[in-house]
Amino acid sequence: MSTPAEEAKPLAKKKKKVPFDYSPYIRGGKLPHIWCPGCGHGIVLKSLLRAVHASGTSQNDVAMVSGIGCSSRTPGYVDFNTLHTLHGRAITYATGLKMANPKLKVLVITGDGDALAIGGNHFIHACRRNLDLTILVYNNFTYGMTSGQTSPTTTQGKISTTGRHGNIDPPFDTCTLAKAAGATYVARGTAYHFQELEKIIFDAFMHKGTSVVDIIDACPTYYGKYNKYASATDMMEQLEKDGTVSVKQAEKLTPEELEGKLLRGVLHRSERPEYSEEYGKLVTSLQSKK
Amino acid sequence: MATNKKRFMQGNEACAEGAFYAGCTFFAGYPITPSTEVMEISSSRLPKTGGVFIQMEDEIASICAITGASLGGRKSMTATSGPGFSLMQEGLGFACMAEVPIVIINVMRSGPSTGFPTGPSQSDVMQAKWGTHGDHPAIVLIPASVEEIFYETIRAFNLAEIYRTPVIVLYDEIIGHMREAVTIPQPGEVEVVNRVKPTCAPSEYKPYDTTLGDIAPLAAYGEGYRFHVTGLYHGADGFPTNNTKLIEEAGQRLVRKVEDNKERIWKNEEYFLDDAEIGIFAYGVSARSAKFAVRELRKKGIKAGLLRPLTIWPFPDSAVDALAERVKTIIVPEMNLGQIVHEVERVARGRCEVKGIFRVDTEPIKPAQIIEKILGNGPMPSAPVSPTDSNMSEMLIERDMLDG
Repeated sequence: MSTPAEEAKPLAKKKKKVPFDYSPYIRGGKLPHIWCPGCGHGIVLKSLLRAVHASGTSQNDVAMVSGIGCSSRTPGYVDFNTLHTLHGRAITYATGLKMANPKLKVLVITGDGDALAIGGNHFIHACRRNLDLTILVYNNFTYGMTSGQTSPTTTQGKISTTGRHGNIDPPFDTCTLAKAAGATYVARGTAYHFQELEKIIFDAFMHKGTSVVDIIDACPTYYGKYNKYASATDMMEQLEKDGTVSVKQAEKLTPEELEGKLLRGVLHRSERPEYSEEYGKLVTSLQSKK
Repeated sequence: MATNKKRFMQGNEACAEGAFYAGCTFFAGYPITPSTEVMEISSSRLPKTGGVFIQMEDEIASICAITGASLGGRKSMTATSGPGFSLMQEGLGFACMAEVPIVIINVMRSGPSTGFPTGPSQSDVMQAKWGTHGDHPAIVLIPASVEEIFYETIRAFNLAEIYRTPVIVLYDEIIGHMREAVTIPQPGEVEVVNRVKPTCAPSEYKPYDTTLGDIAPLAAYGEGYRFHVTGLYHGADGFPTNNTKLIEEAGQRLVRKVEDNKERIWKNEEYFLDDAEIGIFAYGVSARSAKFAVRELRKKGIKAGLLRPLTIWPFPDSAVDALAERVKTIIVPEMNLGQIVHEVERVARGRCEVKGIFRVDTEPIKPAQIIEKILGNGPMPSAPVSPTDSNMSEMLIERDMLDG
């Protein structure tokens, strides 16, 4: 919103901001999406499309592969090479596709249940290989599509339809897991900090190797309702704004102050040979021996 | 012209060679006895020829990876055995639903569960058809010799490409690990089929368009055709639908595309069937014993004949129908506790007697067992008839393998 002072300035000097045009990336006739009012998935999608646009990659060269769940419906709405697969298996289809055609930039859209429970084995092995995949984990701490069960990231004590007396299961930290398994770019963003998220997704997309972004997102319909968040915005502020601190802010905080907060920003970055390139080198060396 | 190379090789090796001949350039798999050699040979050969080999973390990942690779435009395969095949069932259904050509090799071992990993079996013949949930098409080939594994693997790739569907090759541990001579054809000598690609403008492309027939052309990701693939019921454009009319049409078409072409997919061998009064319906390694039994029985003046399917699914209804029409008895030897025998009974519709010979002790069904069933009509022996008889049978099977 412009201030009265800005409005008073002569028009010629006013810097006109061209709004980002999402339409080339959205498939005609495929909206409205299935996401509930108050869900952050649409915000994440905007950051994602802006990041891909900023990379300058042709839509023909982008593949988006997803599993099953709310976030996994994303590929149906966007104009890339899109593949909506089985619950937990997005990474495996993406691995086959990337190895079949390494020129493709492959995005994996997955959720906390999809990536870390049923797909947990594939998740760690993808990180281990360091194949060039950009894995975006839409982490809303619950199974939204099946109406709010405990997921591998559900906070202890929270209520779900399969944890009616409060969840006793210790959660995974997506980023710690990804780093330990060998991912070479690990970051966390939120739907609330959507501009920061755009930069993170851009970085992850440009990174050569397995990149994992844990995206904190709210599910007001189930997780919010069962855990008595007053509203979708209240939930977003509690979980994403107040529940996270940037890596920079964290430097100034005491361990007590950091208690219960998730770190936001780039959490790990390293260089390791990328898997499809290593395979390409193997092919070249074997063929030159002929 | 170069002369064809005759090579002495193992069944699993013949499978890998057949796949390479057919143009397979992508293998993803997970080690499992008794199929591992297919994977090992692929890991050695594919990188040398510019193909892709990747060892996955499990069989679920393997079937999904080859499906992703096939959508990337490569002819892709995996090889496994019982426990791995069980894990692959959901991915198999996805490839059926999304209509992605892939080839799955299942070298059958004894089950259920871990069973007897090095022991042969023919107990996955029903799973190959009905293992994944929902109505779906199934093309399953079942070779009986090492050379046949080579040719049937090529045929599996061709059928997968033609019908845009997964094709399964089933053979048992015996043939998988047995060594026989295989004549490797020159490139071009055996037909190799590639999937039909779209020729329309990318904006016009619909991956499930059926205006020209039940099977639509399939583009590869990265070729400029930005299409959507999902395991949900979908319309011609590939996007999910909850339109009941479209769902009914899609479900019917999925099964129909194979069902309507079954005469092109069927392949049978008939042996002394013309005047047969007793028919043996046998597949895989059991058919080798059956063939020997037919010869022995003919020497005794008994009019026995063999019907051997190389395509077990779609089930060879018309061949079994014709057999049931003219014989008094059909004997079905299989290394399970009775699976295909029920299909034979279904088609025979009571017109002739149908009797099974079943065995799950991981030993093959011997010719003597079949002969005794026909001659003595007595209870089936659960163990080799006698050591001498058994040894002789084995020697004779060995000879039979070589001459035919």
